[in-house]
Parts: sequence; C-alpha cells; structure tokens
Amino acid sequence: MFKAKLKEAVICFGAGRVTLDYPFEPVKVPPKFRGKIEFDPRKCIACGGCANVCPPRCIVIEDMGEVAKLTFHLDRCIQCARCYEVCPEDAIWPTEQFETATPDKNDLKSEMMVWMSSCQRCGRCFEYDNAIDRFPSKRWRGRGPGEANKHGIFPTKPPIAFRPPPLVREEEP
Amino acid sequence: MPFGLCKKMFGKSLWLFHTNCGACNGCDIEVIDVLTPYYDVERFGMKLVGSPRHADALVVSGSVSRQVAPALRRLYEATPDPKIVIAVGSCAVGGNIWFDTYNILGGADKVVPVAMYIPGCPPRPEAIVYGAALALGLVPKKVAAQHENHIPPGFDLDGYLEQWKDVPAVTR
Repeated sequence: MFKAKLKEAVICFGAGRVTLDYPFEPVKVPPKFRGKIEFDPRKCIACGGCANVCPPRCIVIEDMGEVAKLTFHLDRCIQCARCYEVCPEDAIWPTEQFETATPDKNDLKSEMMVWMSSCQRCGRCFEYDNAIDRFPSKRWRGRGPGEANKHGIFPTKPPIAFRPPPLVREEEP
Repeated sequence: MPFGLCKKMFGKSLWLFHTNCGACNGCDIEVIDVLTPYYDVERFGMKLVGSPRHADALVVSGSVSRQVAPALRRLYEATPDPKIVIAVGSCAVGGNIWFDTYNILGGADKVVPVAMYIPGCPPRPEAIVYGAALALGLVPKKVAAQHENHIPPGFDLDGYLEQWKDVPAVTR
C-alpha cells in the first residue's frame, strides 16, 4: 500500500500544475467560438432576417416608418449565430467575448436605430409591401402592416392581407 | 489575531447551493466542471453544500417553471442572511427560448432577487469562474449595453418618435 501511495505521489508530482490561472490571466477561446453578438447599424438594412430566425426571439424589430428600431435582448440569447448566417450585409456577428456576467440586467439589452429612408446603393426607396410585411405573425415585425405607410413616406399601396393559396383547387361550376 | 486571520481567510468563502429549476443539465454539467481541478473555483473558497441552510449563495440554473417557483422561494427563505442568488445560463437569466411559454416564469429574477447574471447557453466554465470572481470583486465588469444609431445628421429623431408614442410597442 505504501508502494502504491508512493507511485501515486510520483505521478502527481510528474503531472505538475493543471489549474488554469484564469480570472487573473486571459484564456484563448477555441476557433469559431460564438460569444456575445455585436452589430453595426451602418450596414444594417433592417430586413428582419435575423429576427425571423432567432430561436429565442431575442432580436425584435419595430418598424417605425423612416427609422427601424432593433432591440437585442441578450439576456436570453443562446449564441447560435443564426443571425450571423442569415444576415446579407454582415451587419451582425458573434464575437469571442464570453465574459458577460453582470450584476445589472440592463447591460444585456442593446438597441439600435436604423435609417430606413432609401437604399444606400441605388437611392430608391425599399419596396414596402413585401413578403415580410404580408407575413401573418406580427411578433417580430413590430407594428404590423399598414402602420409604416401611415405618413405617406412610402408609395401608397393598400396593405394586402396575406392569403395562403388554397391547397385544393376549387372546381368552377 | 485568530479572529482577524479567520475573517481574512474565510470572509469571502461563498458556499453554494446548486438548484436546478428546470434546466436541461447543460448548465449543471458546466457548474460541476467549474469545481474540477482544471477550473478550480475552490481556490476562491467556494464549494457546493448539500443544504440551503449551510449556503451563502444560491446557484439557480434553468428557466423557473411555474411548478418549481414556490420551492425556489422556500429555498431562498431557508438560506440564512446575508445571501445572494447567482443565475447561471440564459434560462435563469432571461428565460431562453421559453421566455413567454405558459408554464415558464422566464428567469429567476421573477421569483427571487438575483445578484449576478451569467448568460450563455450553457456558459463556458471560464464564464462561470469570471462571474464568481466578479461577485467577489476580483475582476472588473467587462460587458456594457451597446446603443448605436445610424441616423443622418439633422434628423429630429426625438420629434419623429413622438408620433409613435400612442402605438403600442411590442415588448418581446
């Protein structure tokens, strides 16, 4: 038994110290690590793709005509980076920051306002009455269709109610 | 002299009681990870105890379901003062993908006052160590809310937002 203990002691001394000195020295995260998300309001076009695919619905878009307000509830973000995958303009991306512990919950709620007037490339207005606005769920698309057109900023078109095509074609009499 | 030495040595030894309030075991595994010799959180004097009456801090993981909420409240009342609650994981912080489900209250702060939020799904063991060190005041806080706008200069944003005040905002 004494021999076994001696053997253990030799193994333990040979292994050395394994404990990370973490909070006092930084550690490297593995590649492709998905941490806290960051965004760039200069690139965002408020298309709503990130809000559409976000599983915990932590990205909420409020459509307010000339400006769109994006709210990021990072307290319930699961860091899946699907917003990063779907973003056509690379306006949102995961960082390597994992040290997000905070005593104040307001640190985990970010907001940004995006100017929505016209396209920055072609100079024309975006089409308002698109598929996103016709989508029946108003959960992630702020105030719903019809509201953004109230002030006559966009071309006046009556909001079209979303009607899915019938599964069975009705036979004409 | 012994009293002062003991106070210096054990004054910040948090004894933790780990509570699973409906978690998927992901955060629980990470909490166990933190106690291993690799991420040795016991060097800060933290250890898990088996009863809330021995504990200084409650570690809550999991989105607090409606059924477990009274039990969590009783746990909090059974813990002797002074006490803090550490919410580990996105579930305990904000409710995760179940934040508006009918049987989920959406976060531990709906039931008990939470002193430290550690988001992540699950949080890295380093993140939990960082939260523990932040609770003890060893490291500075690194996260802040990001508020950025891209509005052309000269646009009266506040005046424009006045007309949207009556429209009910979507809170979730």
